[in-house]
Amino acid sequence: MVTNVTNLGRSGLSDWLIQRVSAVVMAVYTLFIVLYLLFNPNLDYATWSGLFAQTWMRIFSLLAFVSLAGHAWVGLWTVTTDYLKPTAIRVTVQLLVILAIFAFLVWGIQILWGA
Amino acid sequence: MLQVSIYRYNPETDSAPYMQEFQVDTQGRDVMVLDVLHMMKEQDNGLAFRRSCREGVCGSDGMNMNGKNGLACITPLSEVVKGNKLTLRPLPGLPVIRDLVVDMGLFYQQYERIQPYLQNDEPAPAIERLQSPEDRDKLDGLYECILCACCSTSCPSFWWNPDKFVGPAGLLQSYRFLVDSRDTATSERLSELEDPFSVFRCRGIMNCVAVCPKGLNPTRAIGKIREMLLADGT
Amino acid sequence: MSNMRSLTFDAIIIGGGGAGLRAALELAKSGKKTAVLSKVFPTRSHTVSAQGGITCAIASADPDDDWRWHMYDTVKGGDYIADQDAAEYMCSEGPKAVFELEHMGLPFSRFDNGRIYQRPFGGQSKDFGTGGQAARTCAAADRTGHALLHTLYQNNLKNNTTFLNEWYAVDLVKNANGDVVGCIAMDIETGEVVHVKSKATVLATGGSGRIYASTTNALINTGDGIGMALRAGFPMQDMEMWQFHPTGIYGAGTLVTEGCRGEGGYLVNKDGERFMERYAPNAKDLAGRDVVARSMVMEILEGRGCGEHGDHVFLKLDHLGEEVLGKRLPGIVELSKTFAHVDPAKEPIPVVPTCHYMMGGVPTNVHGQAIMRGEDGKDQIVNGLFACGEAACVSVHGANRLGGNSLLDLVVFGRAAGMFIEGALNEGIDYLDASESDVETAMKRITRWNESEGGETVPELKRELQAIMQNSFGVFREEENMQKGVKQLAELRGRIANAYLPDKSNAFNTARVEALELDNLMEVAEATAIAALERKESRGAHSRYDYPDRDDVNWLKHSLYFPADKTVGQRDVNFKPRTVDTFEPKVRTY
Repeated sequence: MVTNVTNLGRSGLSDWLIQRVSAVVMAVYTLFIVLYLLFNPNLDYATWSGLFAQTWMRIFSLLAFVSLAGHAWVGLWTVTTDYLKPTAIRVTVQLLVILAIFAFLVWGIQILWGA
Repeated sequence: MLQVSIYRYNPETDSAPYMQEFQVDTQGRDVMVLDVLHMMKEQDNGLAFRRSCREGVCGSDGMNMNGKNGLACITPLSEVVKGNKLTLRPLPGLPVIRDLVVDMGLFYQQYERIQPYLQNDEPAPAIERLQSPEDRDKLDGLYECILCACCSTSCPSFWWNPDKFVGPAGLLQSYRFLVDSRDTATSERLSELEDPFSVFRCRGIMNCVAVCPKGLNPTRAIGKIREMLLADGT
Repeated sequence: MSNMRSLTFDAIIIGGGGAGLRAALELAKSGKKTAVLSKVFPTRSHTVSAQGGITCAIASADPDDDWRWHMYDTVKGGDYIADQDAAEYMCSEGPKAVFELEHMGLPFSRFDNGRIYQRPFGGQSKDFGTGGQAARTCAAADRTGHALLHTLYQNNLKNNTTFLNEWYAVDLVKNANGDVVGCIAMDIETGEVVHVKSKATVLATGGSGRIYASTTNALINTGDGIGMALRAGFPMQDMEMWQFHPTGIYGAGTLVTEGCRGEGGYLVNKDGERFMERYAPNAKDLAGRDVVARSMVMEILEGRGCGEHGDHVFLKLDHLGEEVLGKRLPGIVELSKTFAHVDPAKEPIPVVPTCHYMMGGVPTNVHGQAIMRGEDGKDQIVNGLFACGEAACVSVHGANRLGGNSLLDLVVFGRAAGMFIEGALNEGIDYLDASESDVETAMKRITRWNESEGGETVPELKRELQAIMQNSFGVFREEENMQKGVKQLAELRGRIANAYLPDKSNAFNTARVEALELDNLMEVAEATAIAALERKESRGAHSRYDYPDRDDVNWLKHSLYFPADKTVGQRDVNFKPRTVDTFEPKVRTY
């Protein structure tokens, strides 16, 4: 058993599951948005902001954002452990990735629930 | 005349590895790559490579031939040579000892890590343990592995993490014991594998399947291990 | 030599094939400080190439099977110079050894009732030859040797055996009393030469088929243990007895298992005739290997061979159907496609008798203890030296080994040697240490190669040696031709003694290993040649035009080759099994 403290679920199985489940959520969300755009060819700002004013859409979007965050972290963590062998560089990059994902997530919430 | 370009490195005399050109007269016959190596060794006694059974069952002469891993003894020239040119290199990703001889220590370590032996905590009967032909069939495509390392050394995941990722060869054997109806250590075996590296570093690239000289399918075995982990861990 | 590193073990096992690994396992389990010294990674040993199976009366295919029937077949197959106490030991202990292998995890094929699958092999009978063909060979498809070797290696890992992998044993070290107290060995990766000290040295170095130009044997089968023992002055037994396997793939020499004929395949000549019906009306294609090989050569010599040159026959399998071939003989399908460019489901495989197995070797008792001739002319145990597997001559195979008995020999006598050494170590072994000059004696050979400064090189000399053996000591032998061969070998020995090793580097120098191997091939070849010339009869695998009959009056004996003066003596065959009646020599027909 190889132990590692920086991965998300502390287990390969949970990471793997997170990546699969989040991928499904993102796929469904993407499909929804694409279909919505197709069925609303003359989309204006009011309709668009009306969609995002509804609570279910906000929850759905947040779920997609959280999935994106988890998916990105598992993926990028894997990339850093594959290619960045010096520990200092690897940990620094991992911290920057966490910071970026965190910032994007907070920003996303702010957009969804902000004014 | 076959043009052979071969990787040379002798740690005692060479500061760096280099490619050496050979002209080999195969008299137009479609011989095996191993035969070509023997002809070259007669030209240059110092050429080092491993070989034993010369029939593809011992796994000694895994090497990289025109960019693809395989066993020299069962690879006819017609299968690899393009435009009368053959390039021979050691298996990629492992330290080179000399010429085509690589240090397989990391590969064997990963094999040993999966506890490649039957574990059964029940007292053995006076005769053999019974096993149905159906249960025995589950071992086909697994037990035939010859530990030649063609698969693991063609696997990018193994290149990047040879100390942490078990690699296709080790995982194939891991599944061989997980699926053996006579083995009782399934959950202990699985708990050793659920970390993010041992199994899950496999990204399904399938180079292992493409190069296995015995036609085995480690990717499928890895998928099965993942299924077992999922069933066990959820 | 004082700056040479030394390693000390309770027991050192030279050779990592089936016999060596089985002996090592027994010793590792007992906690003795054991090391396996092998010139290749253990799973690259030649045991891996064994295909058809391991013959043993486990009473699976036939619940009434009896090990005594197996013993009868073995003694008869060996043309009555197998030691009957040894054959008795092997056949009666066999089931235990096979069940142990299964418990270790060997993936045997199975019958519907879950028991180990057994197939018919040559020379097998029920009820002491009166009850028809038996099916007694336990199999893991046609990869039994591979499955067995990997299982043994895996269980040695489990029991923390020490491995000196890719180390080459150069020569035995004897102390002033003539006891064997270790060996000189070279770490191939670094070229370092080390003195390995041990209270028990086990030769499990396998066979030496590479003395012949055409052989089913791996390139590593160079008789290293035999060479070492001969140079140390110990005698060899029955070295004239070389088995030619009926079905080596024509041109390539790779083995096609007897299991093919066990599953229903048969040999045909150019007329499509199943010719074995003429030579062995009862057993047909499943007669003893020596009988089948000779019959094939007769067909070829009488102009009924196949192919452009009429120099081989065909093994027909297509009638078995793709399903049976895929299930029972998948490895053979692979090998024939690769080496004969033939799909056995559609076309027959071209085959020819090919050197396969050395029945002779280091004479031992059933405990693996090496035997020499004492000054009183009687057997005397060699202190500290053991042998098992193909390198040993217990002798269970006599003048001709039965198919599937080789793997049984490995595990039964590997295990027996391990158990005996464990007991001896418990009782305490104390031999005189080797002196510096003793070690220097053992270093002579490698020093000679390292200091060689020009002369003939190894590959050409090896080719010449193999050609001599192939031409003069093949399936059929004859005085004049053998005389010529012996003379040629004597001359070749002088040239090899002055041969040249151009590459003297240290890191993984395979040229040095091949040079050292050549010395061993020379020893084995000469022992074979001189013993063959001496045995003036035809028995088992030793077949002479000039003495076509078996001569029980003069030659119901083992031959014993003495390297010091290159003479051949005789040793009595054991006719006193402990629990069954003696099998008296009879005319051998199938």
